[in-house]
Amino acid sequence: MTAEVGQFALILAFVLAMVQALATLWGAHRGEPVLMALGRAAATLQAGFVILAFGCLAASYIACDFSVALVAQHSNSQQPLAYRFAATWGSHEGSMLLWVLILGIYGGAVARFGGTLRETLQARVLGVQGLIGVAFLGFLIFTSNPFLRLSPAPAEGTELNPLLQDPGLVSHPPLLYLGYVGFSVAFAFAVAALIEGRVDAAWARWVRPWVLAAWVPLTAGITLGSLWAYYELGWGGWWFWDPVENASLMPWLLGTALLHSALVLERRGALVSWTILLSILTFSLSLVGTFLVRSGILTSVHSFAVDPQRGIYILGIITVTTGAALGLYAWRAPSLRTGALFAPLSREGGITLNNVFLVALAATVFLGTFSPVFIEIMGKDKISVGPPYYARTFAPLAIPLLVLVVFGPMLNWKRDNVAAVVRRVRVPAALALAVLLIGLVTVGWKGVVSAAAVGLAAWLVAGAFAIPGRRWWAGRANLSRSVRTTPPAVLGLSLAHAGLGLLLLGVTGVTAWHSDKVLTMRPGDSTVFAGRTLTLQSISLADGPNYQARQARFDITGRGGPYTLVAERRAYASSQTTEAAIHVSPLGNFYISGGDEADGGIVVRLWDHPLIVWIWIGGFTMALGGLVSLSDRRLRLGVAARAPAPAFAPAPVPAE
Amino acid sequence: MRRLIAILPVAAFVIVLVGFMVGLKRDPAILPSMLIGKPLPAFALPPVKPMAAGLTSAELVGEPRLLNVFASWCGPCREEHPVLLQLKAEGVTIDGLDWKEEADAGAHWLDENGDPYAKSGNDRTGRAGIDMGVSGVPETFVIDRRGVVRYRQVGAITPEVWSQTIAPLMAKLKAES
Amino acid sequence: MKRLILIAAAALALAGPTLAVTPDEQLKDPRLEARARALSQELRCLVCQNQSIDDSAAPLAHDLRVILRERLAAGDSDKQAVDYLVARYGDFVLLKPPFQPDTWALWLGPAAILLLAGAGAALYMRGRARVGDAPLSAADEAEAARLMAADKGD
Repeated sequence: MTAEVGQFALILAFVLAMVQALATLWGAHRGEPVLMALGRAAATLQAGFVILAFGCLAASYIACDFSVALVAQHSNSQQPLAYRFAATWGSHEGSMLLWVLILGIYGGAVARFGGTLRETLQARVLGVQGLIGVAFLGFLIFTSNPFLRLSPAPAEGTELNPLLQDPGLVSHPPLLYLGYVGFSVAFAFAVAALIEGRVDAAWARWVRPWVLAAWVPLTAGITLGSLWAYYELGWGGWWFWDPVENASLMPWLLGTALLHSALVLERRGALVSWTILLSILTFSLSLVGTFLVRSGILTSVHSFAVDPQRGIYILGIITVTTGAALGLYAWRAPSLRTGALFAPLSREGGITLNNVFLVALAATVFLGTFSPVFIEIMGKDKISVGPPYYARTFAPLAIPLLVLVVFGPMLNWKRDNVAAVVRRVRVPAALALAVLLIGLVTVGWKGVVSAAAVGLAAWLVAGAFAIPGRRWWAGRANLSRSVRTTPPAVLGLSLAHAGLGLLLLGVTGVTAWHSDKVLTMRPGDSTVFAGRTLTLQSISLADGPNYQARQARFDITGRGGPYTLVAERRAYASSQTTEAAIHVSPLGNFYISGGDEADGGIVVRLWDHPLIVWIWIGGFTMALGGLVSLSDRRLRLGVAARAPAPAFAPAPVPAE
Repeated sequence: MRRLIAILPVAAFVIVLVGFMVGLKRDPAILPSMLIGKPLPAFALPPVKPMAAGLTSAELVGEPRLLNVFASWCGPCREEHPVLLQLKAEGVTIDGLDWKEEADAGAHWLDENGDPYAKSGNDRTGRAGIDMGVSGVPETFVIDRRGVVRYRQVGAITPEVWSQTIAPLMAKLKAES
Repeated sequence: MKRLILIAAAALALAGPTLAVTPDEQLKDPRLEARARALSQELRCLVCQNQSIDDSAAPLAHDLRVILRERLAAGDSDKQAVDYLVARYGDFVLLKPPFQPDTWALWLGPAAILLLAGAGAALYMRGRARVGDAPLSAADEAEAARLMAADKGD
């Protein structure tokens, strides 16, 4: 019964999305307030029905209703409750339902909270959102129905892949989708603005919170994915340049460029068509990511079951969505306002340069991910692209950008001069230099690259905190007032840029200074590794809720010790996993993985990962910075309350 | 000028889109063989069944033939087996390479399921297969009368694969001088 | 085309024991072993979903690791050892794509795009830089000075 309700709700949502799209777009075109109001109502209702549909699927999972095919394929009654719930999005159909859920909620939010927008603009944004909803709800209903029944219903289901039975599954996909789908709002805003032919500071002021609202969860989701892979997969890697990982990195890079571009547009009215283009491209890359995971065009650890038919459908959605948007851009962009003037050495100039680098980085990831496809269809050669490629292309491009990040927020708007800028960065520069010298003394000339990288990290962190620092120093006469009245956006900026520095610190540490060792150990054996002495105390069996585990207990003394670590090999009903034992500390992680039985003992692999936690601390700090910025009321203080709607259709005017 | 720049994104998009559409049609997991147009690398393998002759690469000349790489631990090989038996009945010359297992496991499997092979060799370590670029089972090489590899089938030979791809090729190879 | 057994093996390689190099595979000579490890990290496991042979526990990855070490122990240079595997499996086994005509765009693309985008931005900014100062009248100057003196610390 629940599944049928869910199915029906989905179909209703589909119809409502069509109503939403038609009513708003036609209403905006004709200037009919009634139609636009109808469209807003449809958006809110659609959100309600998608929530209902999702709830029905989740309820089926939690209740172990194995007559629903998806539930039987991805869950069983031994599975803990959290994973029965999270399994709702552990399949292609379920995750698409999550996608559509978030899309519907965002649409409802624009309908509900967009009251201060120009009515036609809000209507057109809802219209574009509605069209996207129609496309994806249709995809769900016609090709990927989550509510298919199995008859007869099996008594027990196949459990979720044990690798996914982890807190990571509960949080990683929802965060990512909040990001991917969240960029649809900016996309809708951009297309609406192109249709209207108007882009102004009010538009930018409106778009920026929505871009941030998508950027924050995407940052957190990617960081979480890296962390999850590290502790779950058992060999200590944290980023693999896997096509699906790249699919999340590309919208993130462009989304970051969009964030900064929108800032310039709002403050100074410049970078208009650039911001519009980035809005379109960021969401388009989200769609390309969806295509990648589900079509089988590239093999990946993360792929759902391959189905080229679904790939064709999604490609069709991309063709229409991105194609129409870019076509509209080609037609309308040249007539958009060209924006205010600024000198090259200015904050606008800095952000323009920042965007150049971010676009080049995104293009690099795109090239690496899709070149195998393009090269293969052009000839007979089949190549593959892996981490060694990105190490030689992505990293060299990122370094100059990281140097420039510190300068950006310190530059004045419109025009600045070199001497003043140099004066402003002298404290971070001095700190960075000091760190570099200390590093060189510690590791010697052999490690000059890593010492320089750590110096760069110090540069970033010091430079980030120099921004509020200068404010507080200037207001030191009344320091507490100075600190209290610091705008959250400034603190957010500092946190985000500092987070970047911490991320770099972690990456440098683990890349430059990691070590590993593999050996066979019997109970009682000892070995020395990375300043620690490790003894295998015992090997025993234990039971978990739905698995049996072989536990290897280790005593560690020496650096950071003494402590005990337990590495497990778990046998689930369907397969096995390795649960590594990890000792975490700010200076580095000690990572132990237990393997096959051999010679009366087990094969033991040890890793030393210096500074690796800073990767995820940095990532989450960046997300936190975005969140703090979002809390700034200045961002959300909208345009003046809406003037009465004009009675005529606003003719497309080149923006003022 | 601005118009030209504004058109660039949509133009680039169209190119990328075409690439995706064509790309969807391929299977990303299938590797092209490095042996096409080259003779088989030399090998001399012991027999699978006791008292049989074994398999050497030098013997695989004289007429167009198939070299099928199989193993008893391979599921799809089981599905492919009846097709191979049928082909043998129709007069196709098939030799077998028992990949990465002990000879008696392969012998036992052939006894149970039937033996479609004119000759078969046991590649216990898997090296002969690796020399041929084998990365899984089943795989089948189509070899012409001069001993040159002309085609590699990755995965099981189904009736469709036979009639659409391999049979026409074998006919062509037979017609060659 | 489902080679079920191998796909299952690959899945197990991820889900199950993820130790790659085993103690008995390792070479005695630490320099050779270090070379082997470095090269293994640049060679793709052909039956896995995106792992190097150094990371993967798949049987084929084991075989390739062993073969690589045999070649190095036999005196091959790094390039020769890798070429041995490329001769059998093609360029696909390389995680670092070779630099050849069909990959020029791949390798030179990032720098080219940076230059192109940079040039575009430079052109754009040149169009924006006509920022001059209209001279203020004496009265305006005085007013400006007064305002700036009154406004501290912002």
